[in-house]
Formats: sequence, structure tokens, C-alpha cells
Amino acid sequence: MFDFLISILTSPLAITIYKGVAAILVIFPIAGVCSMAERKVAAWVQDRPGPNRAIVPWVAWIPFLGRFLQRLGVFHVMADGGKMLFKEDSTPGHVNKFYFIAAPLLAMIPALTTVSVVPFGTYFDEAGKAIPLILANLDVGLLAVFAISSLGVYSLILAGWASNSKYPFLGSVRASAQLISYELSMTISVLPVFLWINAPGTTGTLGLARVVEFQSGIWHGLSSASWGGVWFGFLMPISAFIFLVCLFAETNRQPFDTIESEADLVGSFHTEYGAFKWGLFFVAEYSHMIVGSGIFMLLFFGGWNPLPWLPLGSVVGWMHQITGWAFTIHPLFVGILSIAIFLGKVLAMIFFFMAIRWTVPRFRYDQVMRIGWRVLLPLSIANLLVYAIAIAFIQK
Amino acid sequence: MAVIPLERKPLTLAERTYLPQILQGLKTTMQHLVAPAVTLEYPEQRPEIPTGYRGVPTLVKDPNGREKCVSCQLCEFVCPPKAIRITPGEISVDSPNAHVEKAPKEFDIDMLRCIYCGMCQEVCPEEAIWLQSNYSMTGLSREEMVNNKARLYELGGTLPDNHHKWDKKKAAEEHGNAH
Repeated sequence: MFDFLISILTSPLAITIYKGVAAILVIFPIAGVCSMAERKVAAWVQDRPGPNRAIVPWVAWIPFLGRFLQRLGVFHVMADGGKMLFKEDSTPGHVNKFYFIAAPLLAMIPALTTVSVVPFGTYFDEAGKAIPLILANLDVGLLAVFAISSLGVYSLILAGWASNSKYPFLGSVRASAQLISYELSMTISVLPVFLWINAPGTTGTLGLARVVEFQSGIWHGLSSASWGGVWFGFLMPISAFIFLVCLFAETNRQPFDTIESEADLVGSFHTEYGAFKWGLFFVAEYSHMIVGSGIFMLLFFGGWNPLPWLPLGSVVGWMHQITGWAFTIHPLFVGILSIAIFLGKVLAMIFFFMAIRWTVPRFRYDQVMRIGWRVLLPLSIANLLVYAIAIAFIQK
Repeated sequence: MAVIPLERKPLTLAERTYLPQILQGLKTTMQHLVAPAVTLEYPEQRPEIPTGYRGVPTLVKDPNGREKCVSCQLCEFVCPPKAIRITPGEISVDSPNAHVEKAPKEFDIDMLRCIYCGMCQEVCPEEAIWLQSNYSMTGLSREEMVNNKARLYELGGTLPDNHHKWDKKKAAEEHGNAH
């Protein structure tokens, strides 16, 4: 009986479920903390202190740290979340109830599903082979991310339509147009990366872990062998730039947030939403941002490798040589180190999102369309052609 | 005609990509990110009130502790939102201030009506009503927001002037040269 229980609890399926729950349990709080960080960074950029009042009484008893945490606004995450949970969750009378309630749930599903194909760390087995930490190491990798994350727009369309009022409807029309136009350039902009890593004669893959593996080379002197250590962001800056701009558009961030521009559309698709349902849209948006930043870092900025030509493997090797401690090559330590480096990069990226928000004013809707179709799309196609020809010559 | 025709130069390629401008903007953003806050954390930190500030209207006493208001009701008449309500009264003959003859029996200022215009202060011939530096009036009911006479004197305190107009008048009368 006991053995049977253990065999169930340690079956591959159960382990996958643990990993999935763990990933969601990490993404959710990060999304919450990001919303807080957003308020705090916004305040700092605008030369004000920002939220700094909420505190839990027993933390206030800690002499120095408690005060510091209070000033940092850490407890406002709980205050905000609590408010969102407990306020009245009204459903207006004029909406289509079923789709109105379904929309925020549908927003969450693609946002959290994409996490499953995004590697977030690595460790080395006895043979020294790098095993990526990933929920599902699929060969379709990035394709799955694009396919699923673009489903997110359905929830916006559904929300706008079910709300049965004009601003949400206009917002959802804008959302569908914007997401479709930017998805094209986004997909084309990453093709050079995959042309490069899928050299003739190798097994093809669109997996993101493979992309990071390609950016884990070391310095071999001034020879072609050193290419492996350069991050794709430096090899293909235009691809990275187009991907970045499209990422801003796909995640509805400023300056591409015409979809929910308060000035002309009130709040767009979430005008009629409040409380927890609105909170779900909010968390979904941040999850998109986190996953998007993660993919950007994996594709163009070396994933969990600390610096170009300085892959994680070398760092761990040096640490072991210098200190001589056995635990530095333990898979658990390496895994946690890689996750920490990767998360640090993702959070830096999210900070960049916030800095851009307070720098660039929102584009008009027609400008968004013009940038998407008349600038980014031709640019990404030209970029693809140039790199396709160059890669063909290098890898022939 | 001082019209200077300006030639509008076409944007350069770098300008049309927006990128140098965005980088410049990011630099400004980062400078503000580390700049100290320019705001006050209000209940703990209070702003410094400049002299001549028009805060909550109050009634003041002279240095001898005599209430300066003689209930002439000019402020009541001039008050644009009709926030002031005065019930005039007489000063009893056995009071040391009997020569002033009149003082308000009731003096109410409805702070829900007051617009802080300062006309009452300007019109007062006795310099008895002053808009002072108190800018924060709060209350939980409408009644609480009406300042009565006692409250107005409590808020106003004493004005350290040395006119002593009524005392001089009384002294002149006693010397037989009432004008």
C-alpha cells in the first residue's frame, strides 16, 4: 500500500505536475511583485517616494529591517491583492454573462501555458552534459510559445465583445489588429537565430534550451570557434531589436498600449471588469511580460550564462577549483545558480519595460499600425534575407 | 512685421528611427530614478506656510485679552458664500470693556461654505478676523465643520498689536476731549 502510494507520488506524471505547480507558484508571486515594482519604479521616476505605508504589525517590531521593508512598500503587494480579492465583484446587467466570466479565465490559460516550454535553468549530469530545467522540452519550443501566446488575444476579443459597450469593443478590435500585425514581424525576426543553430546535417529543433546551448561557447582566441560564445543579441542586433519592439506591442506595454489607452478608450476591454476578474487580466498581462522577457533573454542574451564567452559551466568550474567545495558542482547548486542568473536577467528586462514606460509616450493607433506594417515588417524580412544569405555562406 | 520664416529641416535618418531620442529620454528617466523625492509625506511632514497665507478664518483678541470683534457685521454682509452668521450682543456695564459697548453673542463660520477669499479680513474695521496659517479643517459631521465663537477664539489666539483703539478713546473721553 505504502509502496503503491510512493510509486504514484514519484511517477513521471506526478513529477511533471509538481514542476508545473512550482512554476505557476513562482510566476504568480512574481507577477504580483512586478505590479508593486511598477508602482514603486513609477514613483521613483516621478520623484516621489511611492507606496510606503502598509506594514504587518509583527514585522514592524523588527528594529531596522521592518522599517526598511515598509519604506520599500513590500506589504502593499498583500494590501493590493487583498483589496482585489475582497471588493465586490460585480457583473454588469448588460453583459453576456458566460463569455464575460470566461474571458479573464481564458486570459490566464495561455499566459501560464507558455511557461511550460520555456527553460529557466540548467544543471550538469555526471557526464558533464547540460540538462535544461524545463517543464516540457519540446522540439517545437518557440513555435509552441507563439501559437499559444497568440491565443491570448481571444480573451481580449471575448472580453470586449461580451462587455456589450462601445469602448471595450473598440479596444478589442484594436487588440486583434495590433497583435496580428506585430506577431508577423516577431516571428520573422527570430528566424535567423534558428537558421543559425539548425545548421545542415544537425537535427533540427526550435527548442529554446538548444538556443542557449549555442550561446554557451568559450573564448577560443580570434577564430571562428569563438562565435559560439557571442550572444545572438550581438550577432543579430536587428533581430533582437525587432523582437524587442514586437514584445512591447504583444504585451500591450507603453508605448504600444493603444489597446487600453485610458485617454481615448477609458480602460478598453477591462472597462466593465472589476475586482478579481480584472485582477486576472492584470496577472495575465504580467505573466506575458515575464515569459516574453524570458524568451527574449534566452534567444538573444544567453539565457542563464552570466556573460558572453563566460558560460555557466566555466563559472561553476572555477568556483569548484578556487574553493574546492564539493557542493559547487552539485546539480542542485548549479540549478539554483542558473535559475538565479536567469531570473535576474528577466527582472532586469522587466525593469527595462518600466523605464521605457516612463520615457516614451504612447503612439497613436495609426502610428502603431504604420510602424508595424511599413517599418518593422519590411525590416524584419530584409533582415531575414541578409542573414539567410550570410548563414548560407558561413555554413555551406 | 517681425515675422521670421523658419526653415523646417527634414528629419535625419537617426531622428526618424526615434532611437537616439529614446536613449536620451531613457537617460533622463534614469536621472530621475535616482533623484531624491520632491514631495512631502504629508501627515508627518508639513509644508512651510508663507506669511500672508489665507487659511482658516479666526477671531483674535488684543494683548489685554479683550475680544476685538464689535459685531458690526460687515464681514457677514461682505461674505460672498454667506458662511458667516453673527448674533450681535451688548457688553454688560460692569465689564471693564463696557466702553466698547458691543460684542458678538454668537459668531459662527460655516467652513463648508467658506471659500477662503479673505474679504472678511479685508473689510474688518477692528482687525478682529484673520485668515491664519491653519489649512487643514476636517470633521465627521456638518455640525463639526461650523466653527462657533469659542472655537474661533481658540484658533485665533492673541494678535500682538498695540493699537488699543478703544482704551485711547476712553482715555480721551475722560480728559474731556471726545471728538
